[in-house]
Amino acid sequence: MKRVQYEHSIVPYLFIAPQIIIIAVFFIWPAGQAMHQSFLLEDAFGLSSQFVWFRNYEDMVWSEPWLQSAIFTVMFSALVTFLSLALALLLAVRANEVLRGARSYKTMLMWAYAVAPPVAGLMGNLMFNPLIGDLYKGLNWAGWDFNHNIDAFDATFVIVLISVWKQVSVNFIFFLSGLQAIPNSVMEAATLDCRSAEKRFWTITFPLLAPTTFFLLVINITYAFFETFGIIDTTTQGAPGGATNTLVYKVYADGFLGADLGGSSAQSVILMIMVLTLTVFQFRFIERRVHY
Amino acid sequence: MATLSLSDVNKRYDNGAHAVRGVDMEIADGEFIVFVGPSGCGKSTLLRMVAGLEAITEGEIAIDGRRINDVSPSECDVAMVFQNYALYPHMTVYRNMAYGLSNRKVPKTEIESIVRQAAATLRIEEFLDRKPHQLSGGQRQRVAMGRAIVRNPKVFLFDEPLSNLDAKLRVQMRIEIKRLQRSIGVTSIYVTHDQIEAMTLADRLAVISDGRIEQMGTPIELYETPATTFVASFIGSPAMNFLPARVADDGGSITLDEGPVLPIPAGALAAHAGRALTLGVRPEHLGEEGDDDPVASLEVELIEQLGADTLIYGRLAEGGEDLTVRLQGVRTLSPGDTLPIRAPWRHLHLFDAESGARISLG
Repeated sequence: MKRVQYEHSIVPYLFIAPQIIIIAVFFIWPAGQAMHQSFLLEDAFGLSSQFVWFRNYEDMVWSEPWLQSAIFTVMFSALVTFLSLALALLLAVRANEVLRGARSYKTMLMWAYAVAPPVAGLMGNLMFNPLIGDLYKGLNWAGWDFNHNIDAFDATFVIVLISVWKQVSVNFIFFLSGLQAIPNSVMEAATLDCRSAEKRFWTITFPLLAPTTFFLLVINITYAFFETFGIIDTTTQGAPGGATNTLVYKVYADGFLGADLGGSSAQSVILMIMVLTLTVFQFRFIERRVHY
Repeated sequence: MATLSLSDVNKRYDNGAHAVRGVDMEIADGEFIVFVGPSGCGKSTLLRMVAGLEAITEGEIAIDGRRINDVSPSECDVAMVFQNYALYPHMTVYRNMAYGLSNRKVPKTEIESIVRQAAATLRIEEFLDRKPHQLSGGQRQRVAMGRAIVRNPKVFLFDEPLSNLDAKLRVQMRIEIKRLQRSIGVTSIYVTHDQIEAMTLADRLAVISDGRIEQMGTPIELYETPATTFVASFIGSPAMNFLPARVADDGGSITLDEGPVLPIPAGALAAHAGRALTLGVRPEHLGEEGDDDPVASLEVELIEQLGADTLIYGRLAEGGEDLTVRLQGVRTLSPGDTLPIRAPWRHLHLFDAESGARISLG
């Protein structure tokens, strides 16, 4: 028998070329550039640069603002992820029980999915504007001496609120479809076996949603780390005094506003390593407990 | 152990559909009741109302005299086996069976012994540590039954539990269910659309059509004296033959609309002279050898050899009505042959042509 041998052709490579080129141009090349840059120190006018080994990293890790930003990012991400998952789950469970007018109810909860983070940020900006913002006025009227331009807690409140609002609808869609994938008869069997609805939720519904929850956990942490950039840039811009600087925003602020390309590159490399570690950790230790 | 009574039970949905219409029923302690009917007849809805999974629009359901209309499903002490098993996919077989008990605060050691005993009865001991997706259909079905029996419920409900199994396993599980129900003696309701399951399992069976009980009785009562053409066609396999007919004006014979005249015992139908009828006769009663003279002949069109029986499909030489005949043993017949038809009077069923109701003879 003759073995089938295909002629070597460049056609298959042409088919995957667009994808490869996009990844190379927009991911691999900039990442390589960032790594290279992180070892360089530029002069104030950007005319010359000097190879300085790990000095940028040393400077960064021991600097107070970076540590503060790292702590803020972890807390901010934890808060945004937890709140947007919890709220979305609550809304999805409730929406799943609604029988009359379910469609419009669900649509209302989903539409924010289409809003881009910077747009959400701009809307938030208007609502928290000290002159015309209804939320700003409302909070002050209610007795909270609220001013996100000078108070770190208030500023954090603003960006957490907007970030969670934006993400809840995404999570809602996934949770709702996850709930609808649970066979009705399983829930009915549980109704016969367990009287307490709350206990049923934690022993049956929640474990069956675990694959969805795990997927959303990864997505939401990534969102809180990176995509909230647009929200921060259109609202607090890191103010007051760097209190709402997430690591990503600090990379941008130091590199593009502060013109410290070397330091900023070093920060982005560290950030990449952090997210990589976190993702590996999630798949190693949390996914194991997920029943598919 | 419990009695169950349903009185004037109705189910109406918001969209106006009337799924269950005025069902009355008394079920004795330990009785095995089967609801049988075509799909969409309301039999599953009725079962789910007993389970407390569907609200009762009108009427009352009581277990041991205690009204359960507004009692939560977990408290009315019923256990249900679902068509698709409805096992908890994230729990092991053991935890599936123990779940209901631990929610009832049964002590751990007691749960352990109850579950092990049930597993032994159902021969699933070696699977206790497996998850449902690692089991075959028959094993899952056993686990589902195990989950129901460990709770020692007052009433056992089965919602078409065998319809996802292959034919051979279905027969085997049917026998096991019967044996299990006999041994623990718990009042049971079983829903199916399969008349053989219904006939073999039931102490009494209820034929349901369009949300109403058409007839309720022992399998043999329903086979021998079906109350309507619907019950007659549903019980028995192959289904009963129906022929349009009329009682002669002198009441002395029955004339098929197209074809032969059947003689009848003198006086039997005197009160019904001239009445339009549907004449029913089961395939197994048509070909009996006996004293009766042949009344017609069948042109054979198709033969099915089942070994023990032979099914013959054909049409009457006189008139051309379709007819099925079942003869015992192996018969050598071929399409085109003619078969003499005997229809003994004692095996004829007469129904009103309009209403389909049985005409009982004095």
